[in-house]
Amino acid sequence: MAQSKNAFLNFFSGRKLIIGVPYVWFILLAAIPLLIVLKISLSTMETASVSNMIDWSRGWPSLTLNFSSYQFIASDALYVKTYLSSIKYALITTIICLAIGYPFAYFMARAPKHIQPTLLMLIMLPFWTSFLLRIYAWKTLLVNNGIINNALMSLGVISEPISMMNTPFSLIIGMVYSYLPFMILPLYANLSKLDVRYLEAAADLGTSPLKTFWLVTVPLSKAGIIAGSMLVFIPSIGEYVIPELLGGPNTLMIGRVLWDEFFSNNDWPMASAVAIVMILLILVPMALLNKSQSDQAEIKP
Amino acid sequence: MDMNSTKYLISMALISIGLVTTSCGKQEAETTEAKPDAAAAAAPVAAGDEEKVLNIYNWSDYLAEDTIPNFEKETGIKVRYDVFDSNEILHAKLMAKNTGYDIVVPSSNWAKLQIDGGLLQKLDKSKLTNYGNLDPDILAQMANLDPGNEYMVDWLWSYTTVGINVDKVKTALGDMPMPENAWDLVFDPKYTSKLKSRGITFLDAPSEVFPIALRYVGKAPHSNNADDYKVAYEMLAKVRPDIKKFSSGGQIDDLAGGNVCVALGWAGDFNLARNRSIENKSPQNIEALITSMGGYMFMDTMVIPADAKHVDNAHKFINYILRPEVHAGLTNAVTYANPNKAATQFVDEEVRNNKTIFLPAEDVKKLIPPGNVDNATRRVMTRYFTQFKTGA
Repeated sequence: MAQSKNAFLNFFSGRKLIIGVPYVWFILLAAIPLLIVLKISLSTMETASVSNMIDWSRGWPSLTLNFSSYQFIASDALYVKTYLSSIKYALITTIICLAIGYPFAYFMARAPKHIQPTLLMLIMLPFWTSFLLRIYAWKTLLVNNGIINNALMSLGVISEPISMMNTPFSLIIGMVYSYLPFMILPLYANLSKLDVRYLEAAADLGTSPLKTFWLVTVPLSKAGIIAGSMLVFIPSIGEYVIPELLGGPNTLMIGRVLWDEFFSNNDWPMASAVAIVMILLILVPMALLNKSQSDQAEIKP
Repeated sequence: MDMNSTKYLISMALISIGLVTTSCGKQEAETTEAKPDAAAAAAPVAAGDEEKVLNIYNWSDYLAEDTIPNFEKETGIKVRYDVFDSNEILHAKLMAKNTGYDIVVPSSNWAKLQIDGGLLQKLDKSKLTNYGNLDPDILAQMANLDPGNEYMVDWLWSYTTVGINVDKVKTALGDMPMPENAWDLVFDPKYTSKLKSRGITFLDAPSEVFPIALRYVGKAPHSNNADDYKVAYEMLAKVRPDIKKFSSGGQIDDLAGGNVCVALGWAGDFNLARNRSIENKSPQNIEALITSMGGYMFMDTMVIPADAKHVDNAHKFINYILRPEVHAGLTNAVTYANPNKAATQFVDEEVRNNKTIFLPAEDVKKLIPPGNVDNATRRVMTRYFTQFKTGA
């Protein structure tokens, strides 16, 4: 009783206002734009505008929902193929990032305390240069008459330039390079908090270092692995700039299909529907994962 | 490690992603978007007159160095100049409205769509004292899409054709003679399979490639029949393995740098690529070909968006461009033909005598005139183009 009264009194207090700020932020910049996209996806295209969903011409509002865009996505195999291909590239990127990032983060966390800030700084350093510039830099490295091919040819390792640019290889390199820090940072945050006494205990009980790593370190860093993987996987699926600059003409990515719907077909409802389906593809597995984790947390006290 | 920290990490991670993606978005906005407002704020506003600002959105590599500075010096109007490399992008911006631009330069067939959509405003020809310099033939051609020439004034024009690096193509073909119809170089596997190793590039826009492909397979270039597109697609699919790259803004550099030897692209760009390779001190013998079948004509036209804020200044600028020496300056700089009859005497002799820039009349007649297809056909066209590019 007393508690609810307090809550009522607190309603207009500064605390509530401060808590409210992120909500307002979220509603204005995430929820409303998303609803607008949803609305457009349920309209049809007119000559130079999107049809009005709510029609007032008869004096009362009448709502027309148009699901044809979604039907079209289901009917044309291109979209399914593209979603699958985007997921494939995102998965490969995530796995490679994890393979490189985990040892990286591990040694960073084990490095002497006083040099750790410097190491962290070095991870952040690339962000000081524009993302686009860094991708363009890869272009100059990978093209046929680029630095790598020229160096290999002058050393006599190869006689013909290896074509690396505009292939799945260059795409994956670009994505791994761009997203690697997002794998390392959460892993580092996690591993640096790892209690070394667990490892000592395992060693005392006669476990080999490799076994300790698999049985103690990896399970304890599960949270970091999940966070890092999500951080790499989710933006990779929708990536547009990297496939556009480094990918080949036959790399199917959903970002490119979205561009086509929006610009080449000039079909905004279709582009919006493709985007909504993509959001669902990402959100649903995430929500399931989240739920399974909180279920586990409830079972274990 | 408990689950709370998982959640903490994930939320931290998501926040940092948010920060990074927004900053990426911002970077792009800063490089590609216009910031007309900033310019507007910086310029003084004369009382009772339009503020001395003009925002222009034009194609990349499409201007002489002194065009804008001279206009600014003369009128005191501050020009903000931004560039794009496809009609699609410009069209989407205009549809979203509030572009902030006072002059945009779509190709005439796209401008037609924009007129129909009510996105443009009529010109006030009484303010265009140099309008009489325009070539009546070009005006007649444009009147097909813009009856009475009420909206558009041609900036420059050219045509989509085959461009080659002559030396490289000759080496690649060996004893095979050049085809009678140069389009075979990009559409016939007999030739593409030989040229493949030296690089073939296509424009990355369905609306540029399909009209030509349709005519090549004997169909109407602006057909609204989905079956025709299938035929054209099947022809294109055969040469697909030989095509290295699809790009619209990058062909000049690719040709000038010797990365490709054959391109389906804009004639003006091929001449520009030749000049650039000479500037870069690695001259390439690049040539735009005049084909027996004819290319696809395009006219890039200055138009004023319906919601433009500096309409008076826009007219001043259009009138300035129509001056013979200014229009000739554009042609000299970018090797695209101008529609200005009075300008011919100011065009450099070398450019004036280049038949691939100022096409002879009988070749102009062979060109596919600018045109459009209906929305449903556009979707079919894009779909086949995606299939052509990706095989999906």
